[in-house]
Order: sequence, then C-alpha cells, then structure tokens
Amino acid sequence: MIVRIANGAGFLGDNLDAPRRLVESAAVDYLTLEYLAELTLSILARVREKDPSAGYAEDFLTVLKSLTPALQSQPGLKIVTNAGGMNPSACAKAAAQILASAGLGGEQVGVVSGDDLLADLPRLQAAGCAFENLDTGEPLSSLAQAVVSANAYLGARPIAEALASSARIVITGRVADASLTVGPAVHEFGWQWNDRRRLAGASVAGHVIECGAQATGGFYPLWREIDLAAVGYPIAELADDGDSIITKPAGSGGVVNRETVAEQLVYEIGDPAHYLTPDVDVDFTTVEIEECGVDRVRVRGATGRAAPESYKVSLAYRDGYMATGQMLVYDHAPVEKARACAELIFARLKAAGCEYARSSVECLGAGDAVPGLHAPPQGLREVMLRISIHDPRREAVERFAKELAPLATSGPAGLAGYASGRPQVRPVFAYWPTLVPKAMVSPGVKVQTAAAWKAAN
Amino acid sequence: MEPTIPLSEIAHARSGDKGNHANIGVIAYTPEGYQYLRDALSAKLVADYFVGLQCSRVERFELPRLWALNFLLYDALAGGASRSLRIDTQGKLLSTAIADLPLPTPKNLSAMRRPSSAP
Repeated sequence: MIVRIANGAGFLGDNLDAPRRLVESAAVDYLTLEYLAELTLSILARVREKDPSAGYAEDFLTVLKSLTPALQSQPGLKIVTNAGGMNPSACAKAAAQILASAGLGGEQVGVVSGDDLLADLPRLQAAGCAFENLDTGEPLSSLAQAVVSANAYLGARPIAEALASSARIVITGRVADASLTVGPAVHEFGWQWNDRRRLAGASVAGHVIECGAQATGGFYPLWREIDLAAVGYPIAELADDGDSIITKPAGSGGVVNRETVAEQLVYEIGDPAHYLTPDVDVDFTTVEIEECGVDRVRVRGATGRAAPESYKVSLAYRDGYMATGQMLVYDHAPVEKARACAELIFARLKAAGCEYARSSVECLGAGDAVPGLHAPPQGLREVMLRISIHDPRREAVERFAKELAPLATSGPAGLAGYASGRPQVRPVFAYWPTLVPKAMVSPGVKVQTAAAWKAAN
Repeated sequence: MEPTIPLSEIAHARSGDKGNHANIGVIAYTPEGYQYLRDALSAKLVADYFVGLQCSRVERFELPRLWALNFLLYDALAGGASRSLRIDTQGKLLSTAIADLPLPTPKNLSAMRRPSSAP
C-alpha cells in the first residue's frame, strides 16, 4: 500500500490556486496545507484580540472553496491543515459554512486544540515550568514585556486520532510541520508510536514537502533550466516502511530531482543528527536519496531516537515598534548621496527630539543586502535607500515615518519613489524559543459534521 | 596567486532562518566534490566569508550520504524574522551569496562538476 500525501501551501501567503491545481492534476489521498511560520501566530493573536471570531488563516477559506468540487468528485480526498492558527474552532465554523453551501454539510470536520498556552502560562509557571529561553537560559519570569502568544508544537497523535474518528478535514493550531504528514501516515498504516524508524521516515517526507514548491523547483539556483510559472506542488508517496518517493503532478512545471530534494532536506535544520519533532528525534545523516524516474526521487533510510519529553513552544512578546522607509536615489555617486540623505533625516529627527534604540541604513543595489561581501560596482547610477528603525516608543517611530517624504522638496536633487505613502508603523513581536513538558499540555480533538460545526456557537 | 573556482562550480545551496540564526546547506554535485568540500570548506572559512553578518560563531555538520554540509550561523540575522532591520530578515540570500565563495581550484575538478552540465 502507498499513501499519497501532498502539500499545497507552504506558508500563509502562498499561491491560492496551487491546492486546487494539485488535486485536479494528481490523485492524492491527503492534501496538507501549512500556514504557520514561527511568528505567524503572534500576528493572528492580535487579530483575535480585535475580533474573537478571527485569528486563523483566512486564505484557507478561499482555498477550501476552490476545493469543494474535488471534495465532491474524489471521495477519498482528505485535508489536513494548521490553518486554525490561534482559533481552530472559529476556522472550523467558517469552513463548515463553505462545506454546507457546497452540499458537503455531512462531512466530518476534526479540530485539534490545546496548543495555545497563553491563558495557562501563570498556572504552568506556578507548577514549575520556567519557560527558559533556549538561546539565553533566562526564565520567562525575567521578561518585562507582555507575552502575546505561546503555542506548543503538538505532534501527529491528535491528527491521527481525528482521522480515526472519521474526520475528512482536520484543522489544527500549532503542530510541528512534519506532523501534518506523520498523522495521516500513522492513521493509514497503523504504526505504533514507538516505531521510530517509520515515524522518522514519514517525518523526513513531511519535512521535504512542508514548504510547498521549495521541493519542486522553487528557491532553486538552477532556475533557468525549468519553468516555474505553473510549478507543481510536491507529493510524497509514502510506503509502510516509512520510505517515500517525492514527486509532483505529471505535466506540471518545476522539477523534482536529487538537487531539489537535497536542498529541501537541509532547509532550516540545525544538527542534522537531531531533527526534533514531538513524534520522534530524527537522524537525517542516515537518509539516502536517489532519482528513480522523471521527477521522482526515492528518500530512504531515515532513523530515529525516542521523541523528546518536551514540546517546543513558540512564544512571542511585545517588543516596541518598527518602521521601514525606502527612497530611490539617482546620481553619479548614489551611495554617497543616499548616505547623506539618511544623515539629513536622522539630523532632523534628532532636532525633533527623536533618537532611536536601533536603526539601519542600507543602500540596496550597492551590495548592502548581504553586508560586507561586495563593494559598490563601478558605474553604479542608482540605489534604493532603505532605512529601518526600532524603538519602544510608538510616537518616536511615527515621527520617523513622517520624515522621509519632506526630502522630496528639501533634500538633494535626484530622489524618487517617496510617493507610495508614509512607512507603516508596526508592532514588533519578538521570539522567545522555549519548551514545556509534554505532561503539562493536553491536546484536544473534536470531530463532528460540518453541519454541526456550522450550528455551533 | 592560487587559482580559484567559485563554490557554485561544484555545489549548490539553500539557506533559511532558525530564530536569530541562519543555516546554509551546501550540497556537492558529486561524491568527489563532497570529499573536497569536507576538507576545503571549513566553518572558519564560511565565518570569514560572512564576516559582515557579525555572527557569534559558525558550526558545521556533515551529511555524507547527501554529499552535504550544513552550516549554522549563530546570531547572523540581526534579530531574526521579527526584529531584524535588514532587508534579508531570514537569511534567504545567503545560499546565493555563498555560491561566489572562492575555493582553491581542485586537481580533479571535472569529477566535481554537475554531471549533466559537465563538458
């Protein structure tokens, strides 16, 4: 038996047509949709603060609507997504409206909850969890700023439970990205939760497909060789032994080869011998890959050790305000003029009583995007001046946002691009990586028909 | 001066963020290329190349079966995805930047080039 698990979204903001094109052009058993980067939840937490019925990945609703014909014509197709964000139940209710309108009100929708620890932080701290920062070792109690969100990365187990309760669509909050693939695999193959080799294999497959087209030709240095306009999104054909073949829909753009799969295997990993998920501690150093057909790469040999005793927690706290402004500077000596413009701006701000905790001046086009590597080229005639500031005081950051445009009439000649409006002032959510003992977290699973979710309060 | 090749002649790469740290996975096109990179592409060489990022340290990991080396550049992102003031908040440009890293020209270069694009 082979289980075909595809990924149609790698982040909140990914292509909205990709999931529909994927299921229309390839037979898959599971479509996973991944929406939650490290700090997406803190943004969704703020959305929920303003509207208690919001705070999930609303893109998912657009995608789900486009998928209803496929859900009707392909009875075996299931969807597993972390679109629930900070509000999985509200997401399920909104999804249920779409399903009911499409005549799919009888379908079972599962919600995985329990990852959101924000309201429980005082209780958990009192119970002995210090939420020490993994980078600095400091306890959370030393943090003066307000915590905005705190979510445990749950594992595959509640997803598999939801599927076992006949859910056709599973909506979660924060779960480990690879667990979106491991959950369906465990459900289909009936693996034991201590079967480390198989769990490791499915985790590796999940890691390869979790960023969508990055496994199939996206982010590829040899992009000239391929057509990315209609890039196909990845499919993992998973076998019962945990090995997989990575592929993409026939006739789609992009490429799946040794290079694209290897690149995605090493994407955003630390120590490859310990890729930690809530399900298993995966060793990537035993993984082998081999091309086994056109756009087909076999991935095998993953091994694993016992899963960690703790869940990783992504915790975000308020950390002042930021703003970024840009202006095109044209000149024989554009870098000199751009730096002079930046000095002018900071001099005027200082005169207005504003100095900033952190600031940055970049001359884009002159080599500043990766600092220190390349000097500005000879004959350079233009650069994009980019100024960013960060400060605890909102008013000071707002003052900065108003100080760029005046340069149009009171700065040097040869400036353009300030007409796009003042820079936006945005709150900063800083990241506090930490752990929580698994025993302190209770994942919840609720499965009911779309019609019942729609009627729920 | 010793003749050099850019890293991209024998390897490709992908980079991204882990909080305030960046990682760059460098993958050789052939096993011969991997053997060469294991000797030539040290953590120190990568740290020196990216000195402008002001990393606190660079650690190297080996994945011999993938012909890959993984470099973890600690504190490379000036605050990371949420706090960095740079345009490249997540280190996405680093894989393209490391492609230009000069290495001493290896003796058996032809065995290290990408097989399908070799002359």
